[in-house]
This record gives sequence, C-alpha cells and structure tokens, in this order.
Amino acid sequence: MRYLKYILIIFLLNQSNVNALIEVDITRGNLNPLPIAVSSLSIEKASNEELQKILKKKNIGAEISKVVENNLLTSGLFNPLNKDAFLQKPDIAHLKPRFEDWSLIKAQALITGKVIYENEKLRVEFRLWDVLAGKEMMALAFTTVPTNWRRVGHIITDKVYERLTGEKGYFDTRIIYVSEKGPKTKRIKKLAIMDQDGFNIKYLTLGNELVLTPRFNPTNQMVTYLSYFRNLPRVYLLDIETGIQEVVGDFPGMTFAPRFSPNGKKIIMSFAMDGNSDIYTMDLENRVVERITNHPSIDTSPSYSPDGKYICFNSDRSGYQQIYVMKSDGTKVKRISFGKGLYGTPVWSPRGDLIAFTKLHKGKFYIGVMRTDGSGERLLTENFYQEAPSWSPNGRVLIFYRETKSDSEGKGFSAKLWSIDLTGYNERLVDTETDASDPSWSSLLSN
Amino acid sequence: MGRNIIISSGFHLVVIFITAFSLPFLTKKPIDLPPIVSVELIQITDKTNIPFAPKAKKIIDKIKKKEEEKLTSEQAPPKKVKKEKPDSVPLPDENIEKVKKIEEKKQNPEKLDEEVKQVSEFEKKELFDPNNIAALIDKSKEEFSETDKKTDKITQSQNKDLSNVGLTLNEEDALKAQIFGCWSIPLGLPYNDNLLVRIKLQLKQDGTVVKTEILDHARMNKPGQGFYKVLAESALRAIKMCQPLRVPTEGYERWKELQLNFDAKEMLEG
Repeated sequence: MRYLKYILIIFLLNQSNVNALIEVDITRGNLNPLPIAVSSLSIEKASNEELQKILKKKNIGAEISKVVENNLLTSGLFNPLNKDAFLQKPDIAHLKPRFEDWSLIKAQALITGKVIYENEKLRVEFRLWDVLAGKEMMALAFTTVPTNWRRVGHIITDKVYERLTGEKGYFDTRIIYVSEKGPKTKRIKKLAIMDQDGFNIKYLTLGNELVLTPRFNPTNQMVTYLSYFRNLPRVYLLDIETGIQEVVGDFPGMTFAPRFSPNGKKIIMSFAMDGNSDIYTMDLENRVVERITNHPSIDTSPSYSPDGKYICFNSDRSGYQQIYVMKSDGTKVKRISFGKGLYGTPVWSPRGDLIAFTKLHKGKFYIGVMRTDGSGERLLTENFYQEAPSWSPNGRVLIFYRETKSDSEGKGFSAKLWSIDLTGYNERLVDTETDASDPSWSSLLSN
Repeated sequence: MGRNIIISSGFHLVVIFITAFSLPFLTKKPIDLPPIVSVELIQITDKTNIPFAPKAKKIIDKIKKKEEEKLTSEQAPPKKVKKEKPDSVPLPDENIEKVKKIEEKKQNPEKLDEEVKQVSEFEKKELFDPNNIAALIDKSKEEFSETDKKTDKITQSQNKDLSNVGLTLNEEDALKAQIFGCWSIPLGLPYNDNLLVRIKLQLKQDGTVVKTEILDHARMNKPGQGFYKVLAESALRAIKMCQPLRVPTEGYERWKELQLNFDAKEMLEG
C-alpha cells in the first residue's frame, strides 16, 4: 500500500505535464502615450453664474479640464483626445459613460467631473473610468476656495497619473527660478516662483541684489538661495508661505549652491576657505558648520541622496572635473564618472536610482543621467549652453535652463527653462514671462 | 527480516524503473529540439521561396513520378521534420508552403543519411499526396498523417501531435506580436521589483476572450505592491484591445485555455 502511494505520485507528476496550460510570455509592449479622453467638467447654470462673477471665466468646468489635459499632454505619457470627437455630453458621461462611444474614438481611459459652487466654496468631483473594462477606477471630490481652481486641476492630474502609471505625479508643484531681464552685461535678477505649468508667477525679490541658485527644501515650502550683499555672498532662507526671510550666514570667498539635506535640517554647500574650495554642512538649528571634504582640489555642487547617507559632488581632484560620491560624513570618496569631457552639477534623483548631471564635451553642453555607481550614462539633451538640472519630485522629469548664443554686445542672448523626461524624447520649453535660469522643483504641495 | 528487505528492494526497483520511464524529462527528450529549429526555417521559406513556387510545383510533379528509392532519398533528416511542424500557423497560401518544403528537401540531398532513408521507407505512399507532405516527412508520425487526409490540412496533423507540447513558435510569435502592439506599459513601475502578471484566459474558437483570471490576484492588496494593480490592469486592457486574439485556426482543445505572462521588466530596464 505504501508503495502504491509513491507510484501514484509519479503517475500524477507525469500527468500534470501532459495537461499543462500553454503559457505565452509577453515581454514587450509599446511605450506610446495612452489615449485618454478628458471630458469637460459639467457645471450647473446657477453655479456657473456665481463662479463667472468671481473668477471671470466663462466655464470653470471646461477650464479645469484644460489644466488636466495640458498636464497630461506635457507628461508625454498620455495622449488627450480631441474634444470635438466626443459623442457624449459631459454631464451624462459623468453619471454613466457609454463606453462603446468612448472606445469608438480609441480612448482607453476617461475623466469626467462636476463643479458645484456652494457655501462660497468650489466643490469639484471627478471620476476616472477604464473604458475597455467598462468600470470606474477612481472617484474623488475636492472642496476649496474658488481661486484655487488651477490647483484642483493639478491635483486631479496627480491622482490620474498615479492611478494609471503607478508612480506619484508631479503636477501640484511649483518651480522657483531666477528671473532675468535686461542686457546680458547688466542683468537684473529676481527670485520668482510659479506653478510647474508656468502659471501664477510671483516675484520674491526686488532685483537690486544678485540672486543665485535657489533650492527648495524637500520637506516644506522653504527655499535657500545665495545672494550678494555689498559684494559678500550670503546664504538666505525664505519661507514662501509667509515671505519671511533670514540670513543663514556670511561666507568668505566664493560660495556655491546651498542645498537642503533630505530632512531639511541642514544645508550643504561649498565655499572657499584659504583659497581652497571644499564642501561644508550647516545645521540650521544651531548654525554649526562642519567640513565634509578636505582636499586641495576644487570640490563643489554637493547633493544628498534621498536617504541622506551619501553625497554626490563634483571635483577636479583627478585633474579634470568629474563626479564623485562619498558617505555623508565625507569618507569613502569614490569617483563615478569616467566618460570623456567635464562633468558638473550632479543632483541625486528623489527616487535614489539616478544622478543627473551637466556634461561639457567638445564645446557642447549635455544634460544626462547615470546610475549612482556611474554606470548606464545616458545623455538626454545636447545644446550650445545648458546646465543646472533639477528633478521633479517623482524623479521622472528634469528641468534645466538653456542659453542661446549672443554676439559680443550680448545681442541674441536669451535664457529659458526647459524640461525633459527620462526617455529623452519629451523635451519642452517651460513658459516664463522673462528670461529664466537656475530652476528648482518643489515637492508635492498636496502631500 | 531478510525477506522484508528483499520485498522492499524489489518495490524500490519497481519505483525506480517506473520513474525512469515515466518522468517527463526522460520521455520528452527525443521531442525536445526539433520544434525550435523548424520555426525559423519555415519563416525563412515563407518569405524567400514564394517567388519560386511555380518551379517548386514542377518539382512536386517530378517527385510523384519518381521511383520508391528516390522518394526515400528525399526524406529530410529528423531535425528538418520537426522544423516543419510549426507550419500549423495559418498562412496565406498553404499550397505554397507545401511546395517549399519539397523544394527544400531536394535542394539539400547531401544532408541525408542512411538512417533517414531507412525510416522513411514506410511513408512512401503518403508522399504522393501533396497535401500530406509534411506528415510524410515526419517519419515518426505516420498515424497522424493518416488523420490529416480527412482535414486536408498538413499542419493540423502536427498540431495534434503537439497538443501536449504547446503552441508552435509561429503560433506563439503571431500571438505575441499582436499583444505587443496592444500593451501600453505603465512607465512608473519600480523596475527593481517583480513585474510579472500572469493571466489565465478562456478563449472561444474565434479568439475572443470568455474569461480572464489574474493568477496572483492576492498581490494586488499587499502593502507596497500598489504598482501591481496598475500593471495588471494594463495587461487586461491589452487583452481586451487585442480581441479577437490571433489563435491557431485548428486545435482548439489545445489552446482554449491559455496563460499569458506579462513581464514589463525587460522594457523598463531598457
């Protein structure tokens, strides 16, 4: 009897092979933008009339859907379909979409919504539908003051983006940059802040002092930047919400690019002491300065890894400017860039997997990324002059600035912000009122 | 005591014996290689031999007239036989395929060996039927070639032969190519994680999907696996978009249930 058991097992083993399910491995797909229909958000007549008075917009539902549509388009991952092709009215679609109509125009996902004005508040509902599966994927409602309508559009986009791509969005964010005006030799530079899509621009300084390298605190809406006061470099902290500004300290010689640590409690920067430029940190609570590198070469542009354990920076200790990584206490320094040309402005991705950099090779400037061990270098974009990449909070997009050639008198010069995603294909000009440089991307506002 | 040991050893020997003759890897051994090689050849001939079809027809006519010895000499070596099995994928012109096969045999007479000739002796009759050439070439599949006469499709016989093996490479390629085009891979997935979604399908004969089942469904609700839901949904969308799936025209029993393993890792790692 005992042996029969074994024989049976062996028999079953053989049988299982005979009746095995046929398996097909699908290891490739397309990376084309996902066709998505963004229906106008419906709004009742009474609400619309009230909101028209307040916001001076004909149809705020349509405006919010435009914000969402534009965000999705600029991400490069979605293809918002032309509204003229829509067969179903927004209000009915929001109640129950006729999926056949939407799949007819090749939509794979559908966004519908509704705007209500009640108790002096704007209430926006939206639903995300899977057209092919014929089911609702997500439904949310937001209530806010009417003037916040653009932010509602950004938050909706973040939710949709996260639901459909699996990663956090980056739309409800802001960008701080240096606004530039005037001839090249006599530029007026102001700190400016705007939404990531270029709207709601505000100027934070008057322009009577030179401002450089503003950087967001990754944990809140605080900014650190460098400004020259009576020809002395000063590092400032600026609270964007309150407008309160404070001096972190005066630093001797050349000072560069202050940047926050991931927990926002320290700033890291490089400055020259006794003619030698090294990397230092400053504790923002007790203002204690700590020297991190001590090398006769020029060490600049430090940037923390998201876990705060490592720092990347550039140094010419090998004879040429290259990127190095070290522990946050300054030990175990390791060179990671070995390609031809000069490497600078390394910035660690918020995802922790990549380091973005600027590269100068044969007179051309490149923005690229490499893994944190220096492998897998990819150059995303090439131009006459471009630098200072800054990551979107989800680590998918880089914003940087690009300058054009000018003659000896500075004619033809311009500086503009550009963004590019990690594929290298989705490069876009970020609209600003004036010339712009040194952008820095905030974390998500709605976190 | 001694008797028990003898009985025990006897039973163990029986078990070992049964194991040796029934384990899948042992029984499968001779079938293993051929299908893989064959697909490639057929694909090549599909493209390259079509212009020469008239010439090939003449060759078929000649073959029909040839003596038995000659027929045996035209049998392809075993490997080639298996290569032709994947023909079962529906192709635009079956006649052309058949012609190609014969032509190929004739073009490579130097590859024939004694063993092949001997084995092929019993297949002479079928060789005269142009619809059964593929089966005839397969010296070990005489029985199947008999059944093919009824269906008038060369490749089907081989499909039946492969009913326990899986789809032929041509069939698999056709299905893969279709789904590749439909699957929009979500780009925000953590490519260091397990990005495999296994979906079991129940299909109708025309390739429309009756039922889909995500095999690792439990993963959707696990903490830190939120991306899995996104990935699974994208795979389901791909299946729905692709309907009806490009399935073989025959052998429904073989593929009425399929498992698709969607793995985005390769694409996302770049």
